[in-house]
Amino acid sequence: MNLQPLFEPKTMAVVGVSFSNDRHPANIIYNKAHLRYPLKVFPVNPRGGSLLGERVFTDISEIAEEVDLAVIAVRADAVPDVLEECIRNGVGGATIISGGFAEVDRKDLQDRLVAIAREANFPFIGPNCLGIYVPSVVDTFFLPGERMVHPDPGNVALVSQSGGVLVDQMVKFAEQGIGLSLAVSIGNKALIREQSLLDYLVADPRTNVIAFYVEGFDKNEGRDFVLGASQCPKPVIVLKAGKTDAGSRAVSSHTASLAGDHEVFSAVLAQYGVVEASNELELVSFCESLSCYQKAIGGSVGIVTGSGGHGALSVDVCSDHGLSVPSLSKTVQMKIKEQLSSSIQTIAALGNPIDLTGSAVDDDFVRAARELAHLPEIDAIIVLLLPYLPGITSDLGARLSQVSRRESKPLVAYVPHVEKYRMLIEGFELNRIPVSSSIEGAVLMVEAIRRCQPC
Amino acid sequence: MLNEEIKNILGHSQKHGWVLEPDAKRLLKLVGIKVPKFSWATTIDDALGFAHQNKYPVVAKVVSPEVIHKSDVAGVALGITDDGSLTETFERFSTINGFCGMLVEESLSGLELIVGAKVDFQFGPVVLLGIGGTGVEIYRDTVLRMAPLRPEDAASMIKGLKAHQLLEGYRGADPINLQRLSDLLITFSELVMQIEPCIESIDLNPVMCSADRCVVADARIMLNG
Repeated sequence: MNLQPLFEPKTMAVVGVSFSNDRHPANIIYNKAHLRYPLKVFPVNPRGGSLLGERVFTDISEIAEEVDLAVIAVRADAVPDVLEECIRNGVGGATIISGGFAEVDRKDLQDRLVAIAREANFPFIGPNCLGIYVPSVVDTFFLPGERMVHPDPGNVALVSQSGGVLVDQMVKFAEQGIGLSLAVSIGNKALIREQSLLDYLVADPRTNVIAFYVEGFDKNEGRDFVLGASQCPKPVIVLKAGKTDAGSRAVSSHTASLAGDHEVFSAVLAQYGVVEASNELELVSFCESLSCYQKAIGGSVGIVTGSGGHGALSVDVCSDHGLSVPSLSKTVQMKIKEQLSSSIQTIAALGNPIDLTGSAVDDDFVRAARELAHLPEIDAIIVLLLPYLPGITSDLGARLSQVSRRESKPLVAYVPHVEKYRMLIEGFELNRIPVSSSIEGAVLMVEAIRRCQPC
Repeated sequence: MLNEEIKNILGHSQKHGWVLEPDAKRLLKLVGIKVPKFSWATTIDDALGFAHQNKYPVVAKVVSPEVIHKSDVAGVALGITDDGSLTETFERFSTINGFCGMLVEESLSGLELIVGAKVDFQFGPVVLLGIGGTGVEIYRDTVLRMAPLRPEDAASMIKGLKAHQLLEGYRGADPINLQRLSDLLITFSELVMQIEPCIESIDLNPVMCSADRCVVADARIMLNG
């Protein structure tokens, strides 16, 4: 099944536009596509006529051009006919926004859609979904453009069973400066499911990281998914909802009792190197980190900080997440000390965390990070930056990024995310170094790089 | 791997919903998994015969399709050292519901582990390794992997136990034979893949592991449907 027309459409039909309701999903989708996307878009309603001065087509067959993508937003009962019309007219694929299928006990109607599409090898997303968002290419979300938050274009693909969770993640991506390659809400995932999207995204040159929000797999579907993901050279992240088993079933064996649904889910994902995020903070941190680093590392961390408290807190979080913060040898400590500004040489703590104190300047951070980067026993560096310290300038982000790049050692930073520190943050982010707005987030970023390998 | 005899055992166990322990052990033995020397005694003389041939001490367990959890009905007797106690145990067991014999087997020692399997809805057969014995659900020190296991999976399961040092020789104790344990896990996972359509879950608990071998002291195979 060729999914390209779904994600790279040049022409799009929006079936089901309303003449009376400007906020009808089809109208919102049509308006956005018409006014803001480089697409040719055709509104369709059997009544014909015109909408906001543009011609409305009564039928897809009336559209003279080949249609890549049809967005279907008619009532559920009418969807099978529209789907057949799409197929008859050589449409490339569809996203079915309409609800009223398996989620309301109309599995029969949904199965009809699948049967029609399968026979014609016709791809569709949904039903009961928001559909597809590809920055600057296409947007089938029925959310007014001015209400949406648009992350920068980037290399992380998001696939979500829930439209709400997806849109919310996009807000978080924008807040944290994570770039998005595409976002898909798959709703009831009647035909196109996680596995087909994984296959598509493996080959998608814009995507380097693939993140899923999953509510559940079908029988044995999880097995195929992890086997597929383990062959995928790009990091795969999964956030799973429903971690507690519904009700306690009577189980007759210890194994059945110990191997609950979620225990199995977590264990198998880890076994095949799929990174499981246990909550939204993890999902966002993992996405940001893996969008910069895709090669797995060990779990030894070197920490550079401008505050002893931040250093101590970060060590605690590292230990909670199974990362080690090994002490540095006397030789290494001496070597670092020699390079520090004379004003901090006697007050800096050099054991790891390296606490450069509030009197440190940019050069001290750069030199300490460079020495850590040289050490083979250190797998990643966390820099805890407090931009209110007088000796730190907004150049430091870009300078530390160079250290990480030159030494090929992953570095992540913690910087409070407020507007006045933006230049410092961008100094990292524009150089593809992830920056977290919390200490925990920075630690999670390292954990993600460690976890994207089979355990 | 799945020969006629295995199919027969699974077939005739369907009526109980699970496989009686002597049958489960016979099945495991057929695929090359170590079980203790045992005899399914239906008379006192059978039981005494086994004990004399293999020497005391022996272990005795009730065999009954109505008893899944033998210790709940005091259906397990460990460390029997003479004919008198063995006879007495047989007589006591014969009053238990559904009694259809007594399993008499050699006494084992070693570290008690659990090796288990479950057919998961989303992922199919998975294998579990953990610290075993009756406290298994109290310690909850277990690791899971999707079957079939690759050698690296078996190794990472062992490493993944919180108590893995106990297996590797803690404070002067001999390490258990990790190669045998790894072989057991892999062979067991292959068996599970083969019999997946028939089973719901399996407990091999305890598996007694020592410096030279890993032997399945008790086995419970729950069938589906």
